[in-house]
Amino acid sequence: MDVMPKWAEVILVPLISLILAALLSALVILAIGENPVEAVNLMVTGAVGSTYGWGYTLYYATNFMFTGLAVSVAFHAGLFNIGGEGQAMLGGLGVALVLLFIPWPHWTIALLAATAGAAVFGALWAAIPAYLQAKRGSHIVITTIMFNFIAAAVLNYMLVNQLRPAGSMDPATERFREAVHLPSLHEMLAPIGINFSKAAPANVSLVIAIIACVLVWLLIWRTPLGLEIRSYGKSGRAAKYAGIGAVRITMIAMLISGALAGMMAINNVMGEAERLVLNAVEGAGFIGIAVALMGRSHPFGVFLAAILFGFLYQGGAELALWTSIPRELIVVIQALVILFTGALDNMVRMPLERIFLAARNARTSKSVEPAE
Amino acid sequence: MDFLALFDLSVLDSTVRLATPLLLACLAGLFSERAGIFDIGLEGKMLFAAFFSAAVAAMTGSVWLGLLAGIAASMALSGIHGLASITFRGNQLISGVAINFLAAGMTVLIAQDWFQQGGRTPSLIGGGRFEPIILPFAESLRGVPFLGPIYAELISGHSILVYVALLAVPGTWWLLFRTRFGLRLRAVGENPAAVDTAGVSVVGLRFVAVGICGILCGIAGAYLATGLQAGFVKDMTAGRGFIALAALIFAKWRPWHALWATLLFGYLQAIALRPDIIEGALGFRVQVQLLDALPYILTVVILAGFVGKAIPPRAGGEPYVKER
Repeated sequence: MDVMPKWAEVILVPLISLILAALLSALVILAIGENPVEAVNLMVTGAVGSTYGWGYTLYYATNFMFTGLAVSVAFHAGLFNIGGEGQAMLGGLGVALVLLFIPWPHWTIALLAATAGAAVFGALWAAIPAYLQAKRGSHIVITTIMFNFIAAAVLNYMLVNQLRPAGSMDPATERFREAVHLPSLHEMLAPIGINFSKAAPANVSLVIAIIACVLVWLLIWRTPLGLEIRSYGKSGRAAKYAGIGAVRITMIAMLISGALAGMMAINNVMGEAERLVLNAVEGAGFIGIAVALMGRSHPFGVFLAAILFGFLYQGGAELALWTSIPRELIVVIQALVILFTGALDNMVRMPLERIFLAARNARTSKSVEPAE
Repeated sequence: MDFLALFDLSVLDSTVRLATPLLLACLAGLFSERAGIFDIGLEGKMLFAAFFSAAVAAMTGSVWLGLLAGIAASMALSGIHGLASITFRGNQLISGVAINFLAAGMTVLIAQDWFQQGGRTPSLIGGGRFEPIILPFAESLRGVPFLGPIYAELISGHSILVYVALLAVPGTWWLLFRTRFGLRLRAVGENPAAVDTAGVSVVGLRFVAVGICGILCGIAGAYLATGLQAGFVKDMTAGRGFIALAALIFAKWRPWHALWATLLFGYLQAIALRPDIIEGALGFRVQVQLLDALPYILTVVILAGFVGKAIPPRAGGEPYVKER
């Protein structure tokens, strides 16, 4: 198995996949009659050329860190959680309920409570598919897909029939109280003399997301539970012989995964919109799949991939603003990244392995020669 | 209370129409999954086909050329799925996810480039659409009590693709359960090593299955854009590919059951459009959201094994490695 050195596995393979995805994206841009170089320039200035751009890039990246970590933790246990979208929707509901019905005196306590609410709702939404997978053998991919649609219906019902303020036509809750307003990067960085854009939505949740990356790393690689999760993911049967309970690991991994996806809501619902709207998640749950695949399910990889996708999202929005390229270009890029880093992984890996194998054989035969 | 209104002819008529794309996509998935290739990309293939059929029909004025274009587009995505999951033994689920996004993005991108109408095609008129077919004697038999209106309203007056979909059910059954090809196709989804030992190509069979899946998804998408509606709009499949997937599980991967399951889900979609009828029949309001979610809830219940266990083909989702 270990034909390739570690650096090739961790850096070379994803990099080549990424280059392939980028080349194809450039072809797509060419095909619709635009200039890919100009498009990249526009995206770079739009997404990282100003603190305003950075503010949006980091805001999106915060969402993707949470959903990317969610998919990664499930991947480590050998589970494919496509339900991040629904879990994040329910997380939003948790945040909204916590913030609407309890008069929090200060944003710090409110943030803790909202994080807990988001995590609990997200985890609960993942719990049913997890239980069905663990106990009844129902395929988790199918059940989590179904739960995305059910979540959309639940959210729709809650917003239209229960939480909508009287007299409002808009399916959304009322605004949260001023006291629970999360400090934006502008407000956080102003005291230390950095003038960050006021209009950008990036906020203190970014810090929570980074802490979550560190905690997930600790959990997966530095705790006995993490070892159990990884062993179960590598080989369920071997783990069983080692006394690791399949039901327990499936449940725990999915609960953590759901909680992480749900926690995204502190960024988009509490931090940005400051109320719960119908399409709050905007596909971030699905982008988590691309982020986890590209980041090789490692929290640091997820961190980098989330920022890259944040850049793509903000850059894509700018592109749609200044050119005739629609925002859906990002969806295409996202699809290509998932395709090349996920499904077509072997297409990149197999030839590389052959090259490394040939190189190693050449080396060993050379070192053997003098002995003869 | 008017319970019979729940089975009003107009509701049943739209049931048939709404069930058609579900049925075609469900049978498409049936071929693929029976051969051991999971396909959660039904949605994307339908969407791709819907766009290309509407676009070509709009440009040429011929709905038949549109249908061909839709099938070709859907098969192109099938080719990607086959390449990823059969040739390169990649993860079939991840490939399906990628295909769904590829279709969602590319359709809008190309639509904007070709037509500049915000990601839609021009409305189809005349020969650009599949017109309803009036079956013989439909009008003259209308006067016959009970059966007359059923024949005239429910059975007659659909576009040709509806009848194609209905005929595809016995066709699929015959192909899968009465031919040598079908036996091999089912075997390759249960025990590919045995098929390989018998000297039949596992890769070849699986590619054929994925190809048939592409054709059926292509027809389903073309029906959406040129039969059910008159043109393509962004994300017009609206989760139908996933409902078809749900129906496939509901039907436990069997063709006739697929017909009943998709008719049931089609009925749920049709009745959701008529809240007045439900309220009149049951005496209380049923939340629309509940009706929307019902196919998915039913599928989860089936998957949970509370109403008979749904067991997928045994080799489903696993790439076949000839020699280790």
